[in-house]
Amino acid sequence: MDSKPKSLNLPHEISFYRRAVNSLVVGAAGLAVFLVLLPLGAIFAYLVYKGIGSVNWAFLTQTPKPVGEPGGGMANAIGGSVYILLIASAMGVPLGIGAGIFLSEYGRNHFGNFVRFTADVLNGVPSIIVGIVAYGLVVLTQGHFSALAGGVALAIMMIPTIARTTEAMLLLVPIQVREAAYGLGVSRWRTTLSITLRTATSGVITGVMLAFARVAGETAPLLFTAFGNQYWNWKANQPTAALSLQIFSYAISPFDEWHRQAWGGALILIILIVVSVTAVRVAAGRGMLRGAN
Amino acid sequence: MSNGALGAPHLPRSQPLAKPGIALVSARRQSLLRAGDSRIADQIFYYLMLACGASILALVVLIVYELITKSSLSWHAFGFKFFFASDWDPVNDKYGALPFVYGTIVSSFLSLLIAVPLAIGTAVFVTELSPRWLRTPLAFTTELLAAIPSVIYGLWAIFVLVPILRQYLQPWLTKYFGWTTLFEGPPYGIGMLAAGIILAIMILPIISSITREVMTAVSQQQREAVLALGATRWEMIRIGVLRNARAGILGGIILGLGRALGETMAVTMVIGNRPEIAKSLFAPGYTMASVIANEFSEATGDTYLSALVEVGLALFLVTIIVNSLAQVLVWSVTRGMPTRNG
Repeated sequence: MDSKPKSLNLPHEISFYRRAVNSLVVGAAGLAVFLVLLPLGAIFAYLVYKGIGSVNWAFLTQTPKPVGEPGGGMANAIGGSVYILLIASAMGVPLGIGAGIFLSEYGRNHFGNFVRFTADVLNGVPSIIVGIVAYGLVVLTQGHFSALAGGVALAIMMIPTIARTTEAMLLLVPIQVREAAYGLGVSRWRTTLSITLRTATSGVITGVMLAFARVAGETAPLLFTAFGNQYWNWKANQPTAALSLQIFSYAISPFDEWHRQAWGGALILIILIVVSVTAVRVAAGRGMLRGAN
Repeated sequence: MSNGALGAPHLPRSQPLAKPGIALVSARRQSLLRAGDSRIADQIFYYLMLACGASILALVVLIVYELITKSSLSWHAFGFKFFFASDWDPVNDKYGALPFVYGTIVSSFLSLLIAVPLAIGTAVFVTELSPRWLRTPLAFTTELLAAIPSVIYGLWAIFVLVPILRQYLQPWLTKYFGWTTLFEGPPYGIGMLAAGIILAIMILPIISSITREVMTAVSQQQREAVLALGATRWEMIRIGVLRNARAGILGGIILGLGRALGETMAVTMVIGNRPEIAKSLFAPGYTMASVIANEFSEATGDTYLSALVEVGLALFLVTIIVNSLAQVLVWSVTRGMPTRNG
């Protein structure tokens, strides 16, 4: 608001009480902002301060040492996280984008609305519940905890987010662009994939990255799916370490050395999330330019 | 126009041009047309996308099915009593979920109590009071809070928040507010209070961003009209903005509640994980999500596992009801405008 009541030159003065309440509330709102930013600053500062000290070459290249032995690292957990996330993306991204295409291109009806509502419901399901379901679906059928189960759990969490953002991005593409393609004799599916989706690439990728960042730090759904592992594992049907799991088990352990490593792991996790999101955003920006030419 | 393309996929017009840029376009257009004149392909594509969309429905049905079938054992053994009995005794195979229900409700409402004023204050400041150049950075920074994984909040809470509570806040609360009997007992640091605070920090961004969204959706004329009547800025915000946006703000708060109910890791790390019902906020507690997180992979025995799944089913149903209610409320204000519900 640009115009303050003071500048209106009203015939009467605004009472002291009203002015006092006004200043009080403005002050309180400012204080609220400060109180909100305080933990954010504290968390990041502490994370960097504690984390930097623990991240070194051994931390990034070695597997955990047994209790009591100093040193060791989280290499397998970092690898495991990436591995599980790749499995999750391989399943979740195509399905999510497909669902988004369905909602925007074919979903302007009751069934579409129903799917939309369900996607929002699925979005709000607590992650631990998704873990239970992935446990029932994959772990019980396979007979043991596995990277695949973790991937399935994370994929389930990615799908609704990707679907809804893809839908929103595709709807931003003007109808004329589609009509132009139809006018040239391009069929509907080809238009959707090569014209509409391509035009919205950058936005869709941003949505995918949001979903990715959301599940990258998830711990609860991995507790009884990927389960964690002290060693390297690249088999999809075996228990696999994950950064978030490792941070959790180290944080609640009674050992100082492990606490130190938990902070290192947390720093790496945040960096992993931030870097992947930024990198893909930059790449998507370039891709969009190519598509526009 | 399009009838040329129906029969002849080649466009001779673009062939003779030598410029590489244009040749690229024509080759691209050719490829678009060549593969694109089949009605069957269109049909297949439609069903493929339909399958993707339906997969979301299938997933929710699957979740419900899994939860119901896997919890039936416990349901048949304990019935409704499950939620009103407070003994959780895996050794004797007796399960009552009341302590978890209690812990979930208390920690969630405690977090709302802390988060709501702060979130609304922030939203008011960002949308109505702050200088224009500060709005985007402030909004972005509060959003950043939402990007931090739950386990990192937990880590920070264990090593920073809990010691602060133990040494400073809890003795202070006992000294001045001990008479309320809410702040009794030894100051462990970990416990219901720590869980409530960390949850508050975690649900702040969602409440704040929804509040901001619905406040922005209130039309500018409303503000100007109230100002023209001689209102102070706060009166303008109260009468012109908050009153019009209250349903949406309530929706944001309920959405935050939904988050708090289902939040697992950070709470598990600081709440103390003891299945007891204590009046004091300093006492350790247990929530529905935490008990699943802690005991699910170690649960031996079918009834034990089934009881945990039943806790999960209850949590699922409650969050769904809460979230749907929130969606409807937010929608009633922003109507038509896309909302962020992630």
